[in-house]
Amino acid sequence: MLDINKIRKDFPILNRKVNGKPLVYFDNAATSQTPQQVIDVIVDYYSNYNANIHRGVHALSQEATDKYEAARHTVQNHFNAKHPYEIILTAGTTESINLVAHGFASILEKGDEVIVSALEHHSNIVPWQMLCEKTGAILKVIPMNLDGELVMDSYTELLSDKTKLVFVNHISNALGTVNPIEKIIEQAHKVGAAVLIDGAQACPHIKPDVQALDVDFYVASAHKICGPTGVGMLYGKEEWLTKLPPYQGGGEMIDQVSFEKTTYAGLPHKFEAGTPNICGGIAFGAALDYMNAIGFDAIEAYEKELLDYGTEKLLEIEGLKIYGTSKNKTSVISFNLEGIHPYDVGTLLDKMGIAVRTGHHCAQPIMAFFNIPGTVRASFAFYNTKEEIDALVAGVKKAKMMLS
Amino acid sequence: MQSIQEIQDEIIDEFSMFEDWEERYQYMIDLGKDLPLIDDQFKTEDNIIKGCQSKVWVHAEMDDNKISFTADSDAIITKGIIAILIRAFSNQHPKDILDANTDFIDAIGLKEHLSPTRANGLVSMIKQIKMYAIAYQTQVK
Repeated sequence: MLDINKIRKDFPILNRKVNGKPLVYFDNAATSQTPQQVIDVIVDYYSNYNANIHRGVHALSQEATDKYEAARHTVQNHFNAKHPYEIILTAGTTESINLVAHGFASILEKGDEVIVSALEHHSNIVPWQMLCEKTGAILKVIPMNLDGELVMDSYTELLSDKTKLVFVNHISNALGTVNPIEKIIEQAHKVGAAVLIDGAQACPHIKPDVQALDVDFYVASAHKICGPTGVGMLYGKEEWLTKLPPYQGGGEMIDQVSFEKTTYAGLPHKFEAGTPNICGGIAFGAALDYMNAIGFDAIEAYEKELLDYGTEKLLEIEGLKIYGTSKNKTSVISFNLEGIHPYDVGTLLDKMGIAVRTGHHCAQPIMAFFNIPGTVRASFAFYNTKEEIDALVAGVKKAKMMLS
Repeated sequence: MQSIQEIQDEIIDEFSMFEDWEERYQYMIDLGKDLPLIDDQFKTEDNIIKGCQSKVWVHAEMDDNKISFTADSDAIITKGIIAILIRAFSNQHPKDILDANTDFIDAIGLKEHLSPTRANGLVSMIKQIKMYAIAYQTQVK
C-alpha cells in the first residue's frame, strides 16, 4: 500500500499552480516529475564534485567517475543485465535506437527483412526506415486490431529466415497497450532474428528483467522514470554489442589513436564517445533507487487502481470514446469526445490547470488507423490521486459543455 | 471603412468586458462556430497550413484593391481565433495589412495561442496573411 500523501511531498512541482488552479499533472507518459531526492543528487553533483570522468587523476574526477560507474551498476541491477558493460548510458531512448540502427547498417544486406509494429512511436519507425533505405532491407509491419493490440498471427506469418531484426515497444505510448514481448522475442529467436524492445513507456510502470526476457536490446529514458531529461540507456547482449561498430567517434571511445589507425575501447566505452551527461547518469541511478524504494509491485497495483477508476469515470461521459481498450494496458487513457477536436479539449483543460497531452503522440500511423487527427491522452503516475482524476472528469465535462 | 487599428481596438474593448477565461473562451468558441466556412473548393492541400495538431486553411482574393480572407480549421478554438484575425485583416488594403501588427492578441489575453511552439498553425496563418498581402500588393491598381 502506497502512502500517497507522503510520496506527493517528495515532488515539489506538484504544489504549484497553473492558470491559478492547483496543477493536475497527467502528462506522465511524456515526462515524469522529479522527486526532491533526485533533485538533491543533481544539486550535490554541481555543488560538490563536478568534474570530467575516467581521465582525471584528481580527487573530484575520481569521485565523479565512481558515482557515474555506480549509477551504471544501479541500471544494470535494475534491469538484471549480466554485466555492467552491457549497459550503455546514452542521451535517451531515441539515441539508443539510433545507435543500434546505425550498427545494423553494416550488418544488413539487400533483401533482409526487419519487422516493426503498427503501435510504434515515430522514434521506433523512422531510424529503421532510414536503415532500410541505406541497406536495401525491407520493412514489414505487424498490424493491430481495434482494441489496439498487435495481431500475433500476422506476426508469425511475417517471420521467416529473411527476418534479421524485430523492433517492438514494450508498451505503446499512444494507447498504453502492453505488448506480448515474451512471445515476440521467443518467436523471433526461432528464425534467428535479433529483437530490440523500446521500453520507454514500460519502465515507469514495470521492472523488466532483460535476462529472463532473453532480449537482445532493451532501451529506455530516465526522464520517464523520475530522472532528468537527456539521459537514457541501451542494454545489449555482450555478443551483439561486440559485433556492432561504434556509433560516434571521439574521446573516451578509443584505445589507441594514430593517424594510421585507431583501435577502439572495449565495452561500454566504445559506444560512449565524448564527455557524457555525467550528472544525468548519476541522477538516473538515483531515480531508479527512488522508484525501487517505493517498489514496482506497489506502483503497478496502485496505477491499475487509477486506470480502472479513471476509465470508469470517463466512460460515464456521453460521447467519450477511449482508444486502446486492451485488457493488458498501463495507466494511459487516450480518448476523444465525439465531434470535438482533441486540441480544443486540451486547451480548455490547461486553463483549468490540468496537463494532458493532445495530438498524435508521435504515432501518426496509429491515428491514421483509427482515422482521427489525434487524441487527448491522460497518463497517470504513482503520485497521482483519484481526486485528481475527479478534477479531470469534471474538466472534461466542462470542456464538453463549452464546446458543444 | 474602419481601419485595422480601429477594428483591433474594438476587439480589445469587447474582450475587456469578459470577467474570466471561461467567458473569453466561450466567446471564441461561439465565434468559431459562426465563422463562415471556407468554400470547399479552396479547402485544398495547397491552402492548408500545417500546425502539428490543428489544421488551418486560408484562401485570399483581391477585389477593388482589398484582400478578403476566408479560412477554416478542424479545431473550434483555433477557428475562433481565426475569426478574430479575419475580422481584423479582411477587406483591407495590402499595404495596411503589411503595416499592421498583432499586438492586440496579447491585449485580449490570447498570447499563448500565438506562441511559435503552440503547434496550432496560427503563427503560420498570420505569416500567410502577410504573404498574401505582399503578393497582392504587386497587383494593386
